[in-house]
Amino acid sequence: MAIDHTTVERTAHLARIRLEDGDAEDLYGRLNEILGLVDQLQQADVDGIEPMAHPLDLDQPLRPDEVTASDNRDKILRLAPAEEDGCFLVPRVIE
Amino acid sequence: MHDKTLTQLKAGLDAGDFSARELTEHLLARIEQLDPRLNSFVTRTAEQARAQADAADQARAAGTNAPLAGLPLAHKDIFCTDGVRTACGSRMLDNFVAPYDATVVEKMQAAGAVMLGKTNMDEFAMGSSNETSYYGPARNPWNTDKVPGGSSGGSAAAVAARLTPAATGTDTGGSIRQPAALNGLTGLKPTYGRVSRWGMIAFASSLDQAGPLARTAEDCALLLGAMAGHDPKDSTCVDRPVEDYSAALTGDIQGLKIGLPEQFFPEHLDGRIGDATREAVRELEKRGAKVQWVSLPHLDLSVPAYYVIAPAEASSNLARFDGVRYGYRCAQPQSLEDLYKRSRAEGFGSEVKRRILVGTYALSEGYYEAYYGRAQRVRTRIRDDFQKALSEVDVLLGPTAPECAFDIGAKTDDPVTMYMQDVFTIAVNLAGLPALSMPAGLVDGLPVGVQAIGDYFREGRILNLAHAFQQATDWHEKAPAFGGEA
Repeated sequence: MAIDHTTVERTAHLARIRLEDGDAEDLYGRLNEILGLVDQLQQADVDGIEPMAHPLDLDQPLRPDEVTASDNRDKILRLAPAEEDGCFLVPRVIE
Repeated sequence: MHDKTLTQLKAGLDAGDFSARELTEHLLARIEQLDPRLNSFVTRTAEQARAQADAADQARAAGTNAPLAGLPLAHKDIFCTDGVRTACGSRMLDNFVAPYDATVVEKMQAAGAVMLGKTNMDEFAMGSSNETSYYGPARNPWNTDKVPGGSSGGSAAAVAARLTPAATGTDTGGSIRQPAALNGLTGLKPTYGRVSRWGMIAFASSLDQAGPLARTAEDCALLLGAMAGHDPKDSTCVDRPVEDYSAALTGDIQGLKIGLPEQFFPEHLDGRIGDATREAVRELEKRGAKVQWVSLPHLDLSVPAYYVIAPAEASSNLARFDGVRYGYRCAQPQSLEDLYKRSRAEGFGSEVKRRILVGTYALSEGYYEAYYGRAQRVRTRIRDDFQKALSEVDVLLGPTAPECAFDIGAKTDDPVTMYMQDVFTIAVNLAGLPALSMPAGLVDGLPVGVQAIGDYFREGRILNLAHAFQQATDWHEKAPAFGGEA
């Protein structure tokens, strides 16, 4: 299934990646090569085969329901590109 | 001192031939002198290393002796280190200093190891040549015009150049085994769930696993013993006793059943790599192993299945890099959407963006079943093939990589050709099995690796096979000429 420019642009929007004008053409070619590779999957006989999401058939382990989270708010906030009064700052979203 | 293996260094420290501080100073000087030609380290941690070495010397003098006390190692820059930058090969995390240590880092430190620094890698572990790193490619010490493989390329180059006796790596599709093969090292990817991934930056969560790179199976056994074990902070980390891997190295492989998957020896395989592999098989036969052919009929679909599953999981994992809480933020965002889109466009390199887009597409409405659902069903087929083969034999054997180290730049314009580097390693991650690569020859002066795959949690068995091989051969002792003058 080859994809067209519109699909690439829609996918890039879903992934929240701005496409640069310069590398757009290169990207279409590369993505179609990769999709050409994965299209081999269409030949596989998988009728009646269950999907495998994870290598080990494990139950999800549960831990005791106790408060364990460490309080390192200040350390974490120091990593933020912009912060104020204990909050992460982003451009205005509500007018 | 740098010519010694980890096990020999441990003996030297125990005997008092040198101190941890002397060993650390020697390697720090060697890194400073030689690494500018390799670019295997992205961060050096000399001060911490000296402090950890002194602490190890003091502990030894006081009579306490942790398993890795005073032994130097380097961590792949995918493991978070408290107070030391963790960039994961990406501009996105060029300024990121984690507020905590990864469990692997914590465990190695608790075992007494000395961290020399953080090693170069493909961006977010996406690559087979170390060329997607924001910090430029690491180089192969066997020939500095060649790639060291990837994604744990810096770790492998540093160990091969004798800048460190050991390093950690991670393996999502071959990222420990292929660089081990290309650098003449022993590298082990444990069973999925054997080693904690807490604090290890996620690429594809149903595939990622951490493991050691070193010169010998003996050294990998020592390292895995310190790395493995249950961690309540990683819900995929299995609560199951850790085998004594060093004790498993009896060197006795009498009666061990080795299966050669016919698909690991395709007609187009480089004949010299096939010959080196068959030579290793003959050596193991001489030591009592029984060899037979087996089949993995769906192996040719492992690369296509992987290039749906891994990008799909990556597109989800890498959604966290949004320019809001940490990492790269674009200049003067005009809106929240502009902040997301430009921070990600500028912070990620082109291979990472390609994989995010492929993954996003494969998971998008209308395509999910055709790509992701189908890839997961093929994955079941591949796992079942392995289970059938491993019900007939104890270990599977074949080449690790289809070719030796290639020229820097030779495949960067062709992602699909690059992806085929992992044609023999990827299926193992899809199944979640343990596997190692061990040195088994030289072709035109470049190392060849042979891969041994075991059943779930049988790391001890494949390490023992490699140990038996290394008792009979000296490929693991071959060193590149690089740095021999220093």
